[in-house]
Amino acid sequence: MELLLDSLFNGVAIGSVLLVAALGLAIVFGLMGVINLAHGELMMLGAYTTYVTQLIFKLPILKPFYNSYIIVSIFLAFIVSGVVGILLEKTIIRKLYGSPLETLLATWGVSLILQQFVRSVPLAYGTGLVISLLIGLFLPSTFPYKIKESINFKYFKFSSWIFAALTGVLSGSLISSSVSKLSRASARNVDVTAPSWMRGQVEIIGTTFPKTRLMIIIITLISVIAITLFLNQSAWGMRIRAVTQNRKMSDCLGISTEKVDIITFGIGSGLAGVAGVAVSLLGSVGPNVGGNYIVGCFMVVVLGGVGNLLGTVLASFGIGIMTDLIGAGRLLSIWPDMPLPLSNTINFFATTSMARVMIFALIVIFLQFKPTGLFPQKGRMVEN
Amino acid sequence: MRISRRILAGLATASLAVTATSCGGGGTSGSFDDTVTVGILHSLSGTMAISESTLVDTEKMAIEEINASGGVKVGGKSYKIEYIVEDGASDWPTFAEKSKKLIDQDGVPVVFGGWTSASRKAMLPVYESKDAFLYYPIQYEAQECSNNIFYTGATPNQQSEPATDFMYKRSPAAGGDFFLVGSDYVFPRTSNTITKAQVKQLGGKVVGEDYLPLGNTEVAPIISKIKKALPEGGIIINTLNGDQNVAFFKQIQDAGITPSSGYYVMNYSIAEEEISTIGPEFLEGHYGAWNYMMSIDTPASKKFAKSFKKRWGADRVVADPQESAYNMVYLWKQAVEDAGTFDDNAVREALVGQKFDAPQGPVEVMPNHHLSQTVRIGEINAEGGFTILEETGVVLPQAWNQKHPSSKGFACDWTDPSKGEKYKL
Repeated sequence: MELLLDSLFNGVAIGSVLLVAALGLAIVFGLMGVINLAHGELMMLGAYTTYVTQLIFKLPILKPFYNSYIIVSIFLAFIVSGVVGILLEKTIIRKLYGSPLETLLATWGVSLILQQFVRSVPLAYGTGLVISLLIGLFLPSTFPYKIKESINFKYFKFSSWIFAALTGVLSGSLISSSVSKLSRASARNVDVTAPSWMRGQVEIIGTTFPKTRLMIIIITLISVIAITLFLNQSAWGMRIRAVTQNRKMSDCLGISTEKVDIITFGIGSGLAGVAGVAVSLLGSVGPNVGGNYIVGCFMVVVLGGVGNLLGTVLASFGIGIMTDLIGAGRLLSIWPDMPLPLSNTINFFATTSMARVMIFALIVIFLQFKPTGLFPQKGRMVEN
Repeated sequence: MRISRRILAGLATASLAVTATSCGGGGTSGSFDDTVTVGILHSLSGTMAISESTLVDTEKMAIEEINASGGVKVGGKSYKIEYIVEDGASDWPTFAEKSKKLIDQDGVPVVFGGWTSASRKAMLPVYESKDAFLYYPIQYEAQECSNNIFYTGATPNQQSEPATDFMYKRSPAAGGDFFLVGSDYVFPRTSNTITKAQVKQLGGKVVGEDYLPLGNTEVAPIISKIKKALPEGGIIINTLNGDQNVAFFKQIQDAGITPSSGYYVMNYSIAEEEISTIGPEFLEGHYGAWNYMMSIDTPASKKFAKSFKKRWGADRVVADPQESAYNMVYLWKQAVEDAGTFDDNAVREALVGQKFDAPQGPVEVMPNHHLSQTVRIGEINAEGGFTILEETGVVLPQAWNQKHPSSKGFACDWTDPSKGEKYKL
């Protein structure tokens, strides 16, 4: 029983990291069909946001709230990655809808730019830049209707960008003067330390679980529930689904597909940011942190069936549990006196690297029989 | 067509500009008779840049020190050392390509370079075919002995063997079982083969072994295996690389695998630089083994640390790889002065037997092109340094490990033409 629980927990823990990382991609790739190779770098931005938030919460004014910085950083990471994602959509991806190969190359280029960006720009000014982007992109939409419709709106828009740039520079220098660690560019990996209430372990039914892992499972659960509710219950969710199923018809019926694209991509990117917070709890934060997850993310989405959230969920937990079963050699402890050749084989695959080989092999075999994944998309999109 | 040619021309000028700026050394001052240009080849971009750039800094510092004290004196003339820095870009074929460029185009007499074994293996054929000379400063898995490479880092018998011995005999977990964790590439696998043979000789038991693919930070399966194999604590030998250490230590601490519950980790790839990245709060109480540690309390060691901080910033640290890089520049200078020429073959002959008062203590070049060194075992403390617990005498390098089944009974000697790269003892 204890063994089973332990194995199940480990599997779910590994799976939830995969799931939270792949969730944003499931939306961007699954619903929009955009192959976004910069997804990992959007995660990386989320991880760096956690780091910056942590340092800012160490300032004397915010020190009393230090323990809650991780909660705050989840929201901030969503916003930061979301804003960068929206900018990416507006400038690059919008022009490339329907040409997957070009999207792939362009987003790969973006991923390299983002990696180099965090290496060579001081994080304080990076934060300033994100703040000005945020203001520049969203300030115009808060103007009253009268101004928006006026012929001089472009001047208003322009002046709001100037305001945004000024605020960005100001906040950048403010942060860089108050937090010395953020004032210099460094290619060195940095470290996020979980607040004390999240370190150590808890005991549940006789077995112990690391608290950070539980936290990641909770983050993942909340993200999945929130995104499912959003897609199925809200008006914008309905529009997103409508555009996914038939873009032309939705356009004819008066849905602004342009806005839908921005929102979908923004949410997908924002979720990548949340995933960044989760992975920053497990390892170090560096320019390459997201790149390590990108293959796993695509694997999960393809295995689950493109365009299907439930498939993504099941695929990631499936892979997580299999990784633990094979990698930790669990089968041997469940059935200790199995025949020798079989136990030798299992022992051979019971290392992390061989387990990975095994998982990939199993996925390849699975996709031979079900090329469209666990839950293939039905409906009009398939016919296109 | 015209446009593309223009772009090409632009690219060419740009790359020329880059090369021009990467030439260091500045103008020749009046007090030197001539200049000699050496090559420095490390990764300045990509994943290895963080580690390798510290070596470039150290080598530049050593060259500046030599220049400040009159340069290299050959045949009654004093030469100012200048350098060309090339970027290996964390890409192994690039290392080979840049080596060719340094040797053929720039005609440098010596190249200081490399970090990963993969980059060294890529460069080796270049230096052998052109009969040029590479100085390589990193502690590595050995099992190699080239006439065209000079290795100033530790071989396994100068790091992992004394460390395993310490863990099994004198650490708080003495007599306990071993679990080996490493990244999945040549150094951890070779090092662990040696450790397994040694543990067997000592009468201990290796109860598990696992390798994490490079770039993977999911250590949950490893943790459950450690807990299963060592339920009451024990010795963990860690050869993980770079960032994977952060993931490993963060997660094992959360899982209760700590010194206070009887688990002691001996690390072969964690030096002062890495401690500050990982955070001493995760590492305190675990161990490391190196030839040089910043906490060595001798004038030479303090001077080395002080001049590095003075040159590159007060927050910088020095660690074992940097010390090796520092030594090799000085050893090259001494050998050139003894040989009286920059010619490779003469310098190679003069190199063997060179002694240098290094920051770690005296070192000497052995006939197998490796260094005799002192080995130190340290416990990681809360300040992010090592508390040195043990210090061996001078340990001779074994290019061919005497515990590894494939190389037992072999040695290397380049001073005797009948022996060479690998001969039976």
